[in-house]
Parts: sequence; structure tokens; C-alpha cells
Amino acid sequence: MSDGAPLLVMNNVGKTFSNGVTALDGVNLTIREGDFVSLLGPSGCGKSTALRLIAGLSMPTTGRLEWRKAVGDDCVGFVFQEPTLLPWASVFDNVWLPLRLRGVSRKEAAPVVGELLERVHLSGFENAVPRELSGGMKMRVSIARGLVTKPRVLLMDEPFAALDEITRFKLNNDLLELWQDERFTVVFVTHSVFESVFLSNRIVVMAARPGRVHDEIAIDAAYPRDDSFRTSPDYAALCRQASDVLVEAINSTRGAAA
Amino acid sequence: MTAVENPVVALDPEEARRLRNARLERIGRWLLPLIIMALAIFLWDRICVWNGIPQYILPRPGVVLKTLVNDAGLLFGSLLVTLKITFLGLALAVIGGVGLAVLFTQSKWVEMSFFPFAVVLQVTPIVAIFPLINIYVDNQTAKLLLCAWIVAFFPILSNTTLGLNSVDRNLLDLFRLNGATRWQELWHLRLPAAMPYFLGGLKIAGGLSLIGAVVAEFVAGASGQSSGLASRIIEAGYRLNAPRLFAALILISLTGIVIFLVLSLVSHLALRRWHESALKQER
Repeated sequence: MSDGAPLLVMNNVGKTFSNGVTALDGVNLTIREGDFVSLLGPSGCGKSTALRLIAGLSMPTTGRLEWRKAVGDDCVGFVFQEPTLLPWASVFDNVWLPLRLRGVSRKEAAPVVGELLERVHLSGFENAVPRELSGGMKMRVSIARGLVTKPRVLLMDEPFAALDEITRFKLNNDLLELWQDERFTVVFVTHSVFESVFLSNRIVVMAARPGRVHDEIAIDAAYPRDDSFRTSPDYAALCRQASDVLVEAINSTRGAAA
Repeated sequence: MTAVENPVVALDPEEARRLRNARLERIGRWLLPLIIMALAIFLWDRICVWNGIPQYILPRPGVVLKTLVNDAGLLFGSLLVTLKITFLGLALAVIGGVGLAVLFTQSKWVEMSFFPFAVVLQVTPIVAIFPLINIYVDNQTAKLLLCAWIVAFFPILSNTTLGLNSVDRNLLDLFRLNGATRWQELWHLRLPAAMPYFLGGLKIAGGLSLIGAVVAEFVAGASGQSSGLASRIIEAGYRLNAPRLFAALILISLTGIVIFLVLSLVSHLALRRWHESALKQER
């Protein structure tokens, strides 16, 4: 899975905010085409900042961020931690929004939006407004909106952190299924070891103060992964391995602070 | 057993009490103000009779009502004049308030430069400004309109500005990511997000516009050029025609109430699908 061509290379990237806080320092990271990369780390390790840099919502202070493929406007989809939907707009209108901003009419967008809503199991909810939906359903709308432009990379910032475990498992499964079918690249920010091991083929463990890459773990378990993977000994072993690395990363921070 | 056979769920005493209270509250919300109002009117009438108060000082409610009917032509004609000023003033306040608010959100610098002027205009009593307006503006309608506008536009401006600026930061990022233009951001994001705030401002501005129109008529009416409700009140005051004075007063109050109710309804209809303020509370 991780032998795709490099898509994005971050070369010694650092970000210091105007208030003097260094969120990221010397980050080297290569995202390959077709990757499902998780950025795992304690809060304050700059994983969300890294995601914003990749999205182009923020500029690096030092270093370079290079896209290796000629990628246009539509290369990035973003899913926020909150569903971040327009509360006054219907489900259809919310998913249509990115296309609408590009000048695609409702009629032209209808087949694409309809198909995506089917993929995230929301057919029949086109006319509902967000407040009529559950937390998990809102997140599904948010994912559909992130994918509606057929982006090359889907950036996800702790998208399932606020959901209950049962809903989260379901969404994890559905996200993997979508990813395997559509072959986009995912950069997934999370603070959950279990989630990152279940989803990704690579985990980038980050450490805090300043935010930096501590280590990388390859998760070699084969796809498709489903609920049986969740209960397998392989999964348990991988989780233990990832946990150990994460603890290392956290301790390294403590050492630096002392 | 009965709970199973009976389609109506048996309620425990606590829930039954809660249901009863809710029902009573629903009725009381309408009934209580009406009863108190009727009581007050009755008391008013009795006080007039018991103390033998002459009609030119405090007319009995019945006399006021009779005057309202007898002078209907005169009073409603005047009401129409006042209403015209009120609604034109409100319409201009909406255009001016929303327009300025949009301008303010396009640039922080514009907002910083001009917002203080709006505040100055708001805090200076309109009665104090009017003599100046009287000197500079010749047209009678334009004078009154300007007054109503000055009083009504500020709540719309300040509320709409607040609304346009309180957009979810992540949604703004989403629009940036998708290459939205300023116009798209305004139309698809900021304006709908500002709607609840704007409607709140509109509710206040509706009443203020009426007050502005009446106050302006008062000041202008002193020179005998106005024909609105305020000038009827002044005229009636000069002639010690208290019944007509009361009748005009009641008409103004009723107008204010109706304006408020209509704007509340508009607000409710516009927001009922999505905004917290318009939703029924669920337990």
C-alpha cells in the first residue's frame, strides 16, 4: 500500500505563531499516493497544525511543503472535528456546497451528490436539516461533503472524536470501505491508538513541545479490514506496539521539559 | 395490567402534575394578561365615577371607545400618515443598516473608522437633533423619515454586524479551501448566519421606528405642519379633548404591538427549521 508514488513531501517544516509558540519543528514527512496515514500524538503535538499546513490554510515558517504531482484546486478535501455544516441548509445543499462554490448547478451536481449520499448511507435524508440528524449522521454528511469534489487527498482532523464508540466503529468501517473503493489518499489526525491502528497503513507518532515527528510505524495488516480484524491477536499486538511508541513520544516530551 | 390494555399510557403522579402544569401555563399565558387588563379598565372606570372626575381630565373607558368610533375617520387618516413614515423609515433602516453592516464586514478598517459615527448618531437624543434637521430639510416627509431612520437603523446595524462576524471559523476555512469569492462567502455563509441577529434587530427597530416617527411629528407638529397621530394628540391637548387624546394614544400603542407581533412572526417563520431560538424545547 505504501509503495505509491510520493504525493506530498514535507521537508524540515516548522511553524511558529506570532505569539512565540512553536507548534511544529523540523517535520519531515512523505505522503504517498493511496496512503492512509494517521498522525497520532498527545494534544499540543501540532498534528492539527500539520493538517492545516497541508490544506494550505496556513503557511510554514521554515522548510518546504512540496506537492509532487501537478494538483489543481480540487486536490484537497477537509473534514473537521465538528461536522461544521451550514445549519440552515439541507443535507443535499451541504454536500453540494463545494461544487456550488465552483459554479456547478444543482442539476449538474444532483447525480454526484446523490451517489455520495448513498455511499455514506444517507439516501432519503436529502431534505433534512442538520439539527434533525444524529451526531454520526452529521459526520457522514461532512465526509460526503469532503469527497464531493473527488479530491486526491482527504484531510481529517479528529473527525470521530466526539462520537460514541459504537457509532465510531461503524464510521471507521464505512470510511475504510470508501477509501478502498475510491482510492484517494487520507491524512487522519487522531489521539486514539486503536482507531489509528485499525484504519491506517502508516502511523506517524508525534511528540509535543515543540511538535515534531517522533517515529513512524508501518501497519502491515492486509485490507479489507473489518470487525474481525478488531478482535484479532494481530490487531492487539499492533496496538501494543503503537501504544509503546506513543508512550515513548510522551516521555521524550517530559524529558525535554525537565 | 391496565397499562398494557389501555392505549393511553398511565402516568405517575409526577408526570401527571407536570402535564397539568404545562396545560395550565398555556391557558394562563393568554388569560392572565387579559383578566388583569379587564380589571384595570374596570378600575379606571370606577375611579372616574367614584371621584366624579370630569371628562376633560380623565374620560371613562366607554367614552374613549365611543370617541375612537366617532372620530374614526380623522384618527385612522392620521394613523395612516404615521404608519407611512414608520414603515418607510423602517425600510430605509433595513437597507441602511444591512448595507453598512455588510460594508463593515468587508473591511475591519471601514468598521473601525465609521462605527463610532453610528454610535454618536444613536446616543444623541433625536429631539435634540430635530431643530437642525428642521433647518436643513425642507420637505416635511423627508424630515420625519430622517428622524425615524436615525432612531431605527442602529439596532439593525449593530446586530447585523455582530451576526456577520459570528460565523463558525471552520466554515470560513471550508469556504477558503473551496476557493470561495468574497461575494460567495457573503451570500452563502455570512448573510444566512446573520439572519437570527438581523431579525432580532428588526424587532427592536420596528418599535423604535414608530417612536421615531411619532417623536418627529411631535416636534414638527408644534409648528402645525404635520397631520399624523402625534399632531392629533397635541391638538386634542390644546383643546382639553382628553377622550380623543386617549383614543389616539391607544391607537399608537396598538400599532406598536401589532408591529412587534408581525415581526416576531416573520422571525419565527424564517428561523423555525434551524435556529435554536425558534425551536420547541424537547425534554
